[in-house]
Amino acid sequence: MTTETLFSIPKKAGQAMVRIEFEGETLHVPDGISVAAALLSSSRGALRTSIVKGTPRAPYCMMGVCFECLVEIDGIPARQGCMTLVRDGMIIRRQSGAPSLEGLASGGKNGE
Amino acid sequence: MANNVNDLVVIGSGPAGMAAAVEARALGMTVSVLDEQPAIGGQIYRRVEDAPEALQMILGKDYGAGRVLAEEFRQSGAAHIPGATVWNLTEDGVIDYVDAGGTRTISATNVLIATGAMERPFPIPGWTLPGVMGAGAAQIMLKSAGAQPAGSVVLAGCGPLLYLLAWQYLRAGVKLAGLVDTTRFSTYVTALGKVHGAVTGRKDLVKGLGLISRVRLARVPIYSGASDLEILGEDHAEGIRFRHKSKSREISAGLVLLHQGVVPNTQLSWSLRAEHRWDAAQLCWTPVTDDAGRLGETQIHVAGDSRRIVGALASAIQGRLSVLAMHERKGGTAQPGHKAELQRQLARYTALRPFLDVLYRPLDEHRIPADHVTVCRCEEVTAGEVRSYVDLGCLGPNQTKSFGRCGMGPCQGRLCGLTVTEIIAAARKVAPGEVGYYRIRPPIKPIHLGSFAQSTS
Ligand SMILES: Cc1cc2nc3c(=O)[nH]c(=O)nc-3n(C[C@H](O)[C@@H](O)[C@H](O)COP(=O)(O)OP(=O)(O)OC[C@H]3O[C@@H](n4cnc5c(N)ncnc54)[C@H](O)[C@@H]3O)c2cc1C
Ligand code: FES
Repeated sequence: MTTETLFSIPKKAGQAMVRIEFEGETLHVPDGISVAAALLSSSRGALRTSIVKGTPRAPYCMMGVCFECLVEIDGIPARQGCMTLVRDGMIIRRQSGAPSLEGLASGGKNGE
Repeated sequence: MANNVNDLVVIGSGPAGMAAAVEARALGMTVSVLDEQPAIGGQIYRRVEDAPEALQMILGKDYGAGRVLAEEFRQSGAAHIPGATVWNLTEDGVIDYVDAGGTRTISATNVLIATGAMERPFPIPGWTLPGVMGAGAAQIMLKSAGAQPAGSVVLAGCGPLLYLLAWQYLRAGVKLAGLVDTTRFSTYVTALGKVHGAVTGRKDLVKGLGLISRVRLARVPIYSGASDLEILGEDHAEGIRFRHKSKSREISAGLVLLHQGVVPNTQLSWSLRAEHRWDAAQLCWTPVTDDAGRLGETQIHVAGDSRRIVGALASAIQGRLSVLAMHERKGGTAQPGHKAELQRQLARYTALRPFLDVLYRPLDEHRIPADHVTVCRCEEVTAGEVRSYVDLGCLGPNQTKSFGRCGMGPCQGRLCGLTVTEIIAAARKVAPGEVGYYRIRPPIKPIHLGSFAQSTS
């Protein structure tokens, strides 16, 4: 698995690590990094599927503008993985399709 | 916290925002700086305060320079509110933001928008596949997490940030499968002849060329003057195809990093209904301001890359000049010679910009793509669909919303707005400035309804 990730984070002595869970799998990742950075360096493939055609997607911008990194974190859907720091014990799930945006108030929606 | 009126609230803690705060504190103003990131620094100086030594070595001298400004900012006495995403701003200086605790409000006599830039969208076939990212995004992985590509990686497109990342990767020991450069080497000569600013900005130019030649020396295969970029793969990126010297070529790589410059993050100035114009040199919308970045007759200024792309050093100077203008409006005066000195520096730091705009102009086909290419990533609308709306009478980006859901997803048009503007303008055979833009309304970032619930407690 690990050789197939897109990124890797070189191990550093004394680096504080946290344990997160992604789709039932336990991952040990450095403390202080974003959820998106953690997943891109320790799991492979899509983080979500798109709303209309269900195509696979993964983080694109890493700075909060593209919303391709939306995941479910601790039961709350549609969190921006690139803007959320990992926390010990965090439970993350893939997000599939449209239900993703429930619970969001968006200016885009009424932006006629 | 609510209704605590500051003399100045700055949105964004990049070079523009930090320098503005320092200047304002020196003039005795009360200042709060909001940033949605957990740490100060903005894009260029991301994590500058606690980047490990080894990482600083990889990132280079320009990055290290940010430490000085960050320290000045810390000592200035300006309040820093981290993790604060601004979702609403009014003309009279009321700012709504959301942080870990819920939504909050802060008020200010003067506001500075210093929200910086984002990478220009790169709509080509396959750009939505996992394994395709912005080169800037990969640089964020490097700066904030020390993360490097694990397998085969190719960089493609144009612009200073693309070469900078290539150089930083080489310093980190990352092997590049290729650098696919859409700039023709011959353009350097042509662009040089056209723009006299290149002489004043000579030092910066030499530095830029130095980066490229070092990448060359490292035996990275460079394909200059490439065109017709296309990502290969079905469920994830497997490589890139392009034309080079009139031949079709392919490089296989699981990670393709695209970049064709940065464009202003104008979401907040649009949401204020401020006037914007199409900037034909930078191929993007920019807010109409006076020399000090002031929006009309308001108390709101815009500085740095969110006004127009000028780079980090010029951004910082603009932040300071905006603050001096606020101070002067209140009848204050600056130290003699200070303003003139800042203006002189600004002229120097922006001298090379016209040359860069010509040299790194993204190719038409990478901005105004063929019919089958997805332009709105959120709602999955293709260029061809947008063109079909025009056939049915759609006049501009805002009307596309009556034909389909283009621009209505969570990114609120950030990743498709410029593309849709140019597609419609080309189809209608009018200037982009004539077709307008999406109407951006607050909240400018989707907010979890739970945040409202929290804030009432
Ligand atoms: C991904 C990326 C990487 C870059 N890397 C480099 C580099 O290595 N070297 C270089 O010379 N140039 C780089 N640039 C160019 C960059 O634009 C710099 O010129 C410089 O950072 C601009 O300074 P600024 O102060 O205008 O904005 P920025 O430095 O971009 O700072 C803007 C800040 O505003 C914050 N912000 C934005 N919207 C909101 C909101 N709604 N609420 C709260 N906060 C908000 C952001 O979090 C950010 O911290 C990069 C650009 C990008 C997009
Ligand atoms: S990766 Fe683009 S918003 Fe998170």
